Formats: sequence, C-alpha cells, structure tokens
Amino acid sequence: MSDIDMPDFASTSLVSALADMAPMRRADGVWRSAWRRFRRDGVGMVSLAIVAAYALLIACTGSGLVARHWQDEVGVPDARPSFVGPAAAPPPGVALPAAAAASAEVDISDVDPLAPRYAEWDARAAQYHAQVRPIAATLPFGGDRLGRDVLSKALKGTQISVSVGVLAAIVATLIGAALGALAGFFGGHVGDLVEWAYNVLTAVPEILLFFAFAAVFGRGISTLVLIMGLTGWTGQYRQVRAEFIKHARREYVLAAEAIGAGAGARMFRHILPNVSHVILARMSLLVVNFIKAEVILSYLGLGVATNQVSWGTMLAESQSELILGHWWQLAAATIAMALFVTAFSLMADAWRDALDPRLRGLR
Amino acid sequence: MRGATRSILDCGDFDETSFGEPFAGRAPGRPKKARSPLGGRSAVPGAGGAPLTALLKVENLQVAFRLHDADGRAHRVEAVGRGEQGISFEVPANTTVAIVGESGSGKSVTAMALVQLLPRNAECSGRVLWRGDDLLQAPRAHMQRLRGHEIACVFQDPMSSLNPVLTIGEQIAEPLRKHLFMSRTAARRRAEELLAEVGIPEPQRRLDTYAHQLSGGQQQRVMIAMALACEPQLLIADEPTTALDATIQRQILELLARLQAQRGLAMLFISHDLAVVGEVAQQIVVMRQGTVRERGSARELFAAPKDAYTRALLACRPRLDERPRRLTVIDDVLAETEVATPVLGVDVDVDLNPRRADDDDPVVLQVDGLSKSFWLRSGLLGRIEFRAVQDVRFTLRRGHTLGVVGESGSGKTTMGLTLLRLHDAASGPLAGRVLFHGHDLLALAPADRLAMRRRIQIVFQNPYESLNPRFTIGQTLVEPMTIHNIGVDGTARERRARDWLVRVGLDADAMHKYPHEFSGGQRQRIAIARSLTLSPDVLVLDEAVAALDVSVQAQVLNLLKDLQDELGLAYIFISHDLAVVRFMADDVMVMKDGRVVEHRRTETLLAHPQEEYTRRLIGAVAQGPATSVRDAAEATAPRP
Repeated sequence: MSDIDMPDFASTSLVSALADMAPMRRADGVWRSAWRRFRRDGVGMVSLAIVAAYALLIACTGSGLVARHWQDEVGVPDARPSFVGPAAAPPPGVALPAAAAASAEVDISDVDPLAPRYAEWDARAAQYHAQVRPIAATLPFGGDRLGRDVLSKALKGTQISVSVGVLAAIVATLIGAALGALAGFFGGHVGDLVEWAYNVLTAVPEILLFFAFAAVFGRGISTLVLIMGLTGWTGQYRQVRAEFIKHARREYVLAAEAIGAGAGARMFRHILPNVSHVILARMSLLVVNFIKAEVILSYLGLGVATNQVSWGTMLAESQSELILGHWWQLAAATIAMALFVTAFSLMADAWRDALDPRLRGLR
Repeated sequence: MRGATRSILDCGDFDETSFGEPFAGRAPGRPKKARSPLGGRSAVPGAGGAPLTALLKVENLQVAFRLHDADGRAHRVEAVGRGEQGISFEVPANTTVAIVGESGSGKSVTAMALVQLLPRNAECSGRVLWRGDDLLQAPRAHMQRLRGHEIACVFQDPMSSLNPVLTIGEQIAEPLRKHLFMSRTAARRRAEELLAEVGIPEPQRRLDTYAHQLSGGQQQRVMIAMALACEPQLLIADEPTTALDATIQRQILELLARLQAQRGLAMLFISHDLAVVGEVAQQIVVMRQGTVRERGSARELFAAPKDAYTRALLACRPRLDERPRRLTVIDDVLAETEVATPVLGVDVDVDLNPRRADDDDPVVLQVDGLSKSFWLRSGLLGRIEFRAVQDVRFTLRRGHTLGVVGESGSGKTTMGLTLLRLHDAASGPLAGRVLFHGHDLLALAPADRLAMRRRIQIVFQNPYESLNPRFTIGQTLVEPMTIHNIGVDGTARERRARDWLVRVGLDADAMHKYPHEFSGGQRQRIAIARSLTLSPDVLVLDEAVAALDVSVQAQVLNLLKDLQDELGLAYIFISHDLAVVRFMADDVMVMKDGRVVEHRRTETLLAHPQEEYTRRLIGAVAQGPATSVRDAAEATAPRP
C-alpha cells in the first residue's frame, strides 16, 4: 500500500483495504458491527434470505399483486394437484338421471299454452351473452372443497398468519419489556405491584384467557393480536426483569447515576442496549409461538373471520378432507408454516449471537 | 533443622544446573528424545539420595491461539514464546517457583498449558516433562488422572471456582472418592482433617455450609483444601491472592508457605506482584510479552536484578518507607537503560521532599457524624438495622487527599457511596451532616442534587465494569456534559472530551472505540476522564487501582497526582493497600466495622500506629523477601 495516489476507480477498494489493514480503525456502531458478525454466519444468512422472501411475498399479497382471487372457484371441488393428475373418471355402470330423461321425451307443443312465446323468449335471450368460466380439473397444488386454489390460499394465509404473529409479538414485547424494566429497575413497591399482576395473570389457564378475550372483542385479526399480546407478555417480562435486576447494580449504571443520569436515561439509554439481545431472542420465540397459537385458535373457531384465510383455518379444513385422502391443503399449510418458523428461529438465533456483547471478539 | 539445610542445598544445585545456562539458548531444531512410556514413573526427585531431577521441566514451550478477526479472517496470536523462541524453566521437588509478569505476559497461559486446560483453539509446541513424561503428548485420560491427583490447581476467584449448589464437604470429598476411591464416610473424615489443616475454625460444622456462607479468604482456604485433598506433588496457584484484601492475602500466603514446607510440595505460584512473589518463592521467573526476561533465586533477583524489566517491576511498587514525588513506571526504567549505560540499584526521580499539603487550603468537604444503615429482612415482615457506617467525621481541604483504609466489610466503600448519595433512600436510614461549600448534601432536595453531583465525582474499582460496553468512549465522555449542560453544543462537548482523553494520556482516536478495545489501565483512565469532564472539586477513588497490575497501577497513581496538582482536586482515596495509600494520602482514616478507629497524618500513622488493627494492616503489605512468610513457616513447620 505504498502508492496512495491511485486512480479514482480504485480508490474505494483501496480505502476498504486500508481500513481492513489498519489496526486502529474507527469503530462501527452497535448495529453495524452486529451486522458484520451476522454476515459471517452462513445459516443465519440463508435463513435471513428465506425470511426476506416471505416478507416480499406478504407485501405482494397485501397489495393484491398475488392471490387476490383466492376466494374464486377455479377448479372442480377437491381438484387434485396438477403433478398428481385429474381424478379418475367415474365407473361406467352409473348413468346420469338427465340422460334417462332425454330418452323419454314427448312432443307437447300442441297443448303447451306457452308455445307461441318461445320464439320471442329465445330472441330476447340471444341479446345476453352468458360466459361460462372454465372449471379446471386440476390445480397447481390442488383445490379445496369449494374448488378454491390451495396455493393462493396458502399465499394469502401466510400474510395473515405471519402478520398476526409478528404484530402480537411486538405488542407482547412492548408490554413485557416495559413492565420488566420498571419492576427490575425500581424493585420495591413498584416491583411488588407488577409482580402481583403477573402472578394473577399466570394463575389463569392461558386457553381460558383466550376464550375470555375472544368473547369480549369478537373475531378478527386485531382481536387476535390483542389477545395474544395481552396474554403472552409474561415470559418476556420475567426475563427482562431478571436482566434489569442484574444490570441495575452493575458499576456502569452506578457510574451513570454518579454523573447525574436520571432513572429513565439509566433504564433505556444504558441498560436497554445491553439487554437487547435477550429481548430479541425472546421476541423471536414469541413470533413462532404466536403463529402456532393462531393456528390453534383458528382451529378452535376463535381465530380469523370466516371470510379470511390463515394457516390455522386451512389446517382446520384439512381435517375433514384428510379422511377422503385429500392431503394437499394440509401439506401446503404445513410446508409454508414449517419453512417460515424454522427460518425465523434460526435467523433470530444468529442475530442474538451477533448482538451479544459477551460473544464479541470470540470465534 | 536438617530439612532447612537441604532446602538451601537444593536451591544451590538448582541454580548451577538449570539457571546457570542461558535460557534462550535452546536450539529449536534439537532432535526430540524418545517419549518415555506414560505408565513409567520415575523416582520421586530428591528422595532417598536419587539424582536431583526436576519434577516438572518445561522446554521451549510455545502457545499460540488461532483467532478470527472481525471480518472472519483467521490469524495466530502468540501468547507464549515469540518467533522460534519458547520459554523454559524447571520446578524442582519441594520448591516454590513463581512466574511474575503483567497481564498479557503469558504467565497464566503457561500454567494452563502445563495441565492442558487451554481452550481448543490453542496450539502448543515444545515439551512439558512431568517426571519424564511429556504432558503435551499425553492422552486425555492420562491428563484427567493426573489433574487433581498429582498436579492440583488453585485459581484467582474462589467464589466462582466453588460450586454454589454443593456443600463444601461434598466438593472436597469429590476428588477423594474419584481419585482415591474412598468411601463416603472416609472421604468426609478426610475432608474435615483438610479443613482443619488449612486453618478453618470448626471444620466439622463448615463441611455442611455452602460457598456463599464463607468469606473470601475462607473460600480460598477451601479451594486450597480441595487442591491438597489427593496429596498432589505439584500445586499450581494462579493469582491465588489477587482478589483478596491485603490482610487476608497475607494469611493465605502464610498458609501456602506453611503447607509447602510441611508437605514438601512443589509449587508454581503465578502473580503480577513481584513483592508478593518475593515472600513465598525460592525461584522466580520474570515474564514479559511471552518471553522469559530473567530467572533466578528470589534473594538474588531482589538484591541484584539483572534485567531492566525486573528492576522496573521492583521500582514501580509504592513502598511503605518512603514517599516519592512520582512512582517509577516501566517505560522510564526501560528507556533509561536503553539510552544510558545500565546502572545497578536504580534511582529514578525520587524526590525526598514530597509536596506538602498546606493546612491553610480552603475546606471543601466537612463530614460530621455520618452514619448509614441498611435494612435487612428478618422473618416474614420484620427487618433489622445493619449499621454499615457509624459516626464518621473528617475535613477535606482543597488539593488534599484523605486515605481510607480497612479490610473488606469495614464500611469504607459504603462511606464513599453515601457521600455521593448513591444508595436507595429505601435501603436504610442516613444520619449526620456533609457540608460541601456550606450546603448540607444530605439535606438537599432531589432537584438540587443534580448540581451537587457535578462537583463531587467517583471512580470505581473495576474498570471492566464501570464503562457501558455499548457506548463508544466519545458517548461515555460527552454524556455527563450533556446532562449538566456544559459546553454550548455537541461539537464543543466533543472537543472537550477529546482534550480530556489527551490529558489522561490516551489518543484522541479513542473517541470512536468501544471499551472492550482497551486494557484495564486505559479503561481506568477513561473512567477518570469521565469524572473530570464535570470539573468536580472532590473525587472519590473507590479502590480505583486495586484491579490493576502493579506496573499499570503506578502509571494511574502518577496520573492522579498530576491531575491533583494541576486542578487542585481533593481526593478521598479508598484502598485496602496501605503502601498505595502511603503514596497518595496526606491523612489516613482507618476503618473497622463501620467505625473510624484511627485518623492521623500518614507519616505519623505509619511510624506510630496506635491500634493493633492498624499494625496488622501495615504488616500485611508485601515487601519482598525482606518480610518473607517462608522463613517463618520453615522455622516452625517440621518436615514430614
């Protein structure tokens, strides 16, 4: 690196090379250095790509670019997937009743009082053009009982399920982290109060709480988010509280108090960034749990409205279909969910490792 | 008497055979000797007239770590040895050998390499001969049998070395049952004997206690008892007293010296403090940056250090018998040796007329009857009052330093935190008056407290803990100025922060780095800079140099002195080490159980201590072979 005067086109690579060589380079921010560590994690990067693909998909379905017509009847009822092939023709022994009626046709135009008007009606009918949509015998990934495309349903269901899970996790994390920070930092009477609320809430079985909230709020996505947010914050609360109890007596927080930092600054500016990896890890678990909880609630009939689709409603429908051997709806919902949940968990794990200050410089 | 004579003979032989040859001269390409069968035990050295071979012989040991940098590139970091040259030394039977060096010198890595307890990314080369067997080549199962049975270890932090969910008795019994196949009752009986041997009162009752119920010194005694359980031939003690008070340190050193003499143990003692090492060791190996700088017998090394670095280490520790203007730092001595001709008996910048604090300086802080109690829960709803600090009174003048000394638990830290009102109001009652420029700090309304915070600041003990790991140094330094609205805008504050960084001896580049990129001494400088950004009148230094290496400690103490002279700061210097207090303080306050037992001029206090407690604190200061605990131990302990 002796020749510093290099042409412009090479200067960026030179700068980065110099920055890499120089032992005293300017330190990056917390997030930037976390991203640098994250990038080295192969599994993390793959799962990030998958999660990003899901996010793109959700944006597309949300804006109506994809799967807007998921409710249309595009195939025969319980249409089989294209790669399996159409259902076998019914056995020849069974005759249709219409065919039987045609053979016994008798001319009654002499006595028919409406006979003179047939021609007029035919002429009027010709003015209208009836369009019969072709009903496909097979669909890309099969159809459901009403002939709706399972693939479109799965895409639309992804949007609902993932957004419910993520929104509910955000609500639960906000509640849990705020209460945990208060209780852990102040302790004493504030801590006791929050702890009582926590104990009372956790004493009630969760499913009972779900029913109670659902009865009050009615059905819908926002209800689901509220229900799960209001019942699911307890684990996050306990963990954040424990971290805050530990950090509040650490010397760097005491030092911040000594220079005059107020309680709010100490809680949120000093301690919070140091426990962010814990909050993030717990939040990712919540997303996964809430997606599963939505499935269960929709299965129980407490979930999304009847004119909406989610992975949960798909699974609920597939229960009766499975008896008839129609496995594709179950498979579509399961694959979409398993892929997302796995990728999301792995990604969150990689983020946690990248953000943890203690793991810095190891590896 | 016979034992003592032989011990001296041992040392003599040792000097001639091993320390006489140039330690760096081993050719790296020398053909290796055939590995001796691992099962074969050579005769115990020195026993029954057998030839005096070393129990442990380290030949050209090198340790490097494979690491990944921030961008994922692999590289090697040499921890022990530089280039082709590794380290070599020997531990003869029945001898204490010490490895001394600053942090980063590779002394602990060396010890861990001997027992193969290094992390997996370590690469070792060279030879570690344990009674003829090369431990670096030994299979894992063999090492596991060896560790705890023939070679035992004691580490720095006894609290984290003991398992909190097992009783002391269970933990001591474990190696006995595992290695010696003792029955449960026999192991328990032996554990009781061991506890008695390491000087724990009521050993029978202590067997059923847990680690947290013991004091730090007692915990370390338990660790030593565990290490000795299987009658090892070599005890590796890695900074066993660094986490302890001066007085407790002295007791543990005495215990180790007594046990070593009684049992004929070989001991490898690792420390950063040459003075401590001088008290226990017969042989000393001085390490720096992964290489051996000097080795020889303790007496010779203290009387006539050959290497400049050894001289520097000896010179940089504050002494009880003199108060220099500044302490010598390593770089002074090394620079002087390289430039000028080397002189024996270094005499660096010792001003025999130290700055006298003037009694006419204005009073900044007047404390009267200060008391602080904590509520302890007792039973379901009851609480009892624990008096941590009782009736402390003193006057602090501008530019003066008040030393506060005492054992841990004497209330000295609580006193410092109380001055800054850093305790919860609900934690317990507070009484007395703290007059600061005429205002009573304890009576201030919470709203007025912020202004007071600015003028009385604190530096904490542990520089690894006191900086927020998620803040850059710039953020750390600017934050206090933002809170107190010092400086017109962000850039002005940043400029001030840069100035302070340079004044405490750091690069202005440091602004954009995170604390983990700095060493302990550098972090403590940053913590000092943070307090000074507020231009305080009083600085409470709560064991501010206790966690630092002796050499770094000297640099930080010099910095504090310079800042005091320049800014007229008043210090409250809390420490358990009287030698450091002697260097810093004009007056000394001795605390015991929350009360002040003695409060006088430093010189008077040291020359004529009135209290037995003060005398004990003074006696605990390590001063090298002059106060060796070994001689006393050898004289009293009969050889088995």
